[in-house]
Amino acid sequence: MNTATHALDPHGAHAAAPTGILRWLTTTNHKDIGTMYMTFSLLMFFVGGAMILAVRAELFQPGLQLMKPEFFNQLIGVHALVMIFAALMPAATGFANWMIPLMIGAPDMALPRLNNWGFWLLPPAAILLTLPFVLALFGIGDGAVATGWTLYAPLSVQGGIGVDFAIFAIHILGVSSIMGSINIIATILNMRAPGMTLMQMPLFCWGWLVTAVLLIITLPVLAGGVTMLLTDRHFGTHFFDAAGGGDPILFQHLFWFFGHPEVYILLLPVWGLMPHVLSTFTRKPTYGHTAQVWSFIAIGVLGLVVWAHHFLTAGLPVPALLYFMYSTMSISLPLAVLFFCWIATMWRGAMSFETPMLFAVGFIVLFGIAGLTGLVLADVAADAQYHHSYFVVAHFHYALFTGGIMGVMTGVYYWLPKWTGHMYSEKLGKLHFWLTVVSFNLTFMPQFFLGLAGMPRRIPDYALQFAEFNAISTVGSFILGLSQLIFAYNIWRCVKGGEKASDAVWEGTSGLEWELSSPPPHHSWEIQPVIKA
Amino acid sequence: MTTLNPRARGLYRFFAGLGLTLAAGTALADYTWNFPKPVTPIGRDTLSMHNQFMIIITVLFVVVFAIMIYSMLKHRKSVGAQPASFSGPRNALQWFWVLVPFAILLFIDFVLMGIPAFHAVIDMEDTRTRADMVLKVTGLQWKWQYEYPDSGIKFVSTLTTPRAQIEGTEAKGENYLLEVDNEVVLPIGKKVRILLTSTDVIHTWWVPQFGVKRDAIPGFLRETWVRIEEPGVYRGQCAELCGKDHGFMPVVVRAVPEAEYAAWVDKKKTEMAAAAAGSDKAWTKDELMAAGKAAYDKNCAACHQAEGQGIPPAFPALADSKIVNGPLLSPDGKLIPDSHVDRVMNGKAGTAMQSFKTTLSDADLAAIITFERNSFGNKKGDMIQPAQIKALR
Repeated sequence: MNTATHALDPHGAHAAAPTGILRWLTTTNHKDIGTMYMTFSLLMFFVGGAMILAVRAELFQPGLQLMKPEFFNQLIGVHALVMIFAALMPAATGFANWMIPLMIGAPDMALPRLNNWGFWLLPPAAILLTLPFVLALFGIGDGAVATGWTLYAPLSVQGGIGVDFAIFAIHILGVSSIMGSINIIATILNMRAPGMTLMQMPLFCWGWLVTAVLLIITLPVLAGGVTMLLTDRHFGTHFFDAAGGGDPILFQHLFWFFGHPEVYILLLPVWGLMPHVLSTFTRKPTYGHTAQVWSFIAIGVLGLVVWAHHFLTAGLPVPALLYFMYSTMSISLPLAVLFFCWIATMWRGAMSFETPMLFAVGFIVLFGIAGLTGLVLADVAADAQYHHSYFVVAHFHYALFTGGIMGVMTGVYYWLPKWTGHMYSEKLGKLHFWLTVVSFNLTFMPQFFLGLAGMPRRIPDYALQFAEFNAISTVGSFILGLSQLIFAYNIWRCVKGGEKASDAVWEGTSGLEWELSSPPPHHSWEIQPVIKA
Repeated sequence: MTTLNPRARGLYRFFAGLGLTLAAGTALADYTWNFPKPVTPIGRDTLSMHNQFMIIITVLFVVVFAIMIYSMLKHRKSVGAQPASFSGPRNALQWFWVLVPFAILLFIDFVLMGIPAFHAVIDMEDTRTRADMVLKVTGLQWKWQYEYPDSGIKFVSTLTTPRAQIEGTEAKGENYLLEVDNEVVLPIGKKVRILLTSTDVIHTWWVPQFGVKRDAIPGFLRETWVRIEEPGVYRGQCAELCGKDHGFMPVVVRAVPEAEYAAWVDKKKTEMAAAAAGSDKAWTKDELMAAGKAAYDKNCAACHQAEGQGIPPAFPALADSKIVNGPLLSPDGKLIPDSHVDRVMNGKAGTAMQSFKTTLSDADLAAIITFERNSFGNKKGDMIQPAQIKALR
């Protein structure tokens, strides 16, 4: 362990480190790279958000007011790709970069140069995704990918250059994620402080370990799927064309073999983070550490074998329908273990409700709605009614906004004082929380009812009976979008200055990361701490 | 740390309200908050299962979060709570209480929900037992074609909502976006086996009141079934993103008593015979131009636009088009590959330009081709007869 530590500190003289833009381009420091991931994520969160606000504005009233259907179709697909690949995944990777070395007592990530490369692949990919919008303004091509983020063939075989741009963006983002995952696995397996067994390892690291394994298993399948799409488009293959012996449903299998685990890829880092926050603000040890570890693993394994519930209306054979229904339902068990442990951690604690705890509680309740509606969505016969409707849109935004994004916000408020050495504004944080929670429900609760009433998703215009709920949803979405400016401002303020944070930051913290100063030194844990059993 | 009592009370009220909203949505069985009134056995099954599941998950939600909210109120630092130090069950009794919720969940998953779900799936997928008739549905960008193999009836069903209503220059009608020129007519009380396919991309045929939704996949047949119990007009939409006008391809089904259905079949057959006769007579150019304009507006204008300007590059312009202004047929009356007639009849693989040979009559094809060659500034001056199209098939 010690020799590895020395080998990883090649700088020697720190005075030689570059400054300015070159520092950020060449940095191999896990904290710098973590900061870049977080900043990139926040920026793309607003880009993806602006796209969907334009969509919600169009849907405010029936009729086509603001945009043509073909542009509407581009916005919904790119919104999803940006939010998933460029906002949520980088945020989780940013957390991993910042926190995993601090939590396990490692001096840096195992593969620092790979780390730098992994980040700098993201901006070109984001540009590839959005460039077709700009090219279309100059009369080149017909805009961005207009097939929804699912890229279903043969619609995507038919599409314009936007599809090719999206395919290459996905390739690059996939390479970046795989490199990040290799790095995280290598760091966790090789660089834990002496005495820290895998089972003792903090749950955040466990959540990420399972995430990284899922990414390495599933991303190559997606990359293969979109490459087959590319060759169908340009090189005369017929993977997804029945006329040449192919099958459009093959694409859906390949896509969702990645796409379903992707949901857990986005959520596992958050589930890993929650016990830390709950334990801190209840001033009580985490309940069921081992049970949560096994739940993460169980969810990871089950997540790999339930993919076809995303296309239960595609006409699968009855045995397949039954298998995918029951296997999907069984995910509720390990998930219930997590809910049980979260609530049991709160039970008989001494709770206080600072902003991270508010977001954690909001996460648990609203993510509960996602989980429960997911359970009914698994039922094949009822799914025939919910599928492709706004019910599904509401369901996965409860999963990915409250489960994913509110989870990330929990982490940002929780760790920001550690990263910057300053306290954020508690008043603004609470205002941000309440505005977010109320406007989120105002936006997405009506969408459940729209779905039940029969409104299909991805339509730019709708029948008159859907008007009221859509109007409410649009009002909610604008409040939700604008509230996030408070979040950005609060982070900015905190980075600039503010009340000094102590090393432990919060009253109930425990773990190696809280033993370092706030902010931690540029190089931390150069001498690894020893964990005594 | 600060005192947070009033805020916590607010939190409590908010979550309680949320629970009530969820409960209200299910218990009232008020159809604006729930599925539209089902009219098939599958639809009724699905609705009652949905209502039952919503009650189950609402109870789960309320019970679980009531415990959490109780804890949030009682176990707060500000009311002097001292933190306990347990991190897992410590004796047999605690293990029992830990395992009870999971036993309940297992029961809910695989008995309470799992058993009715099993029967519903088996019922839904049983498309063949004692089926009375077959309806074949073909999805096309962006309309539906319906075929009745028993009687040979075949027609295309297209949205009739005027552009002016969509663009807001005219008041929207009652059935805005859910109205078509040719409704599918089905007899009530009969088990109709529905076969689905598509000619271009994946579409999904959905009528909410039937509780049935099934993908139409190009190159494959999928199937489902309905037995409509009440006469009426039932409206639905395409549910799978299928390109530009995905939001504009409604499904409208008119369910009628059997005698009325038989009369409709006879009427349709007479119409089809009249249309077939149109292939054999000689048309004047004016007749072709007039019929061509009507057929163009219905079948071509969505992409190539009313004035033939198209939406390049996805949907090329017809005005000044090299293909439209090319030669009509070879000197011996044969099809020229990649010519105007070839495109309209056979489409272009890998693009939204579909083969219209299967969906349009000889007369419509001849009229559209003649119209396009002599409109939008194109002045070819020539024409093609339905009989010539018939010979090319």
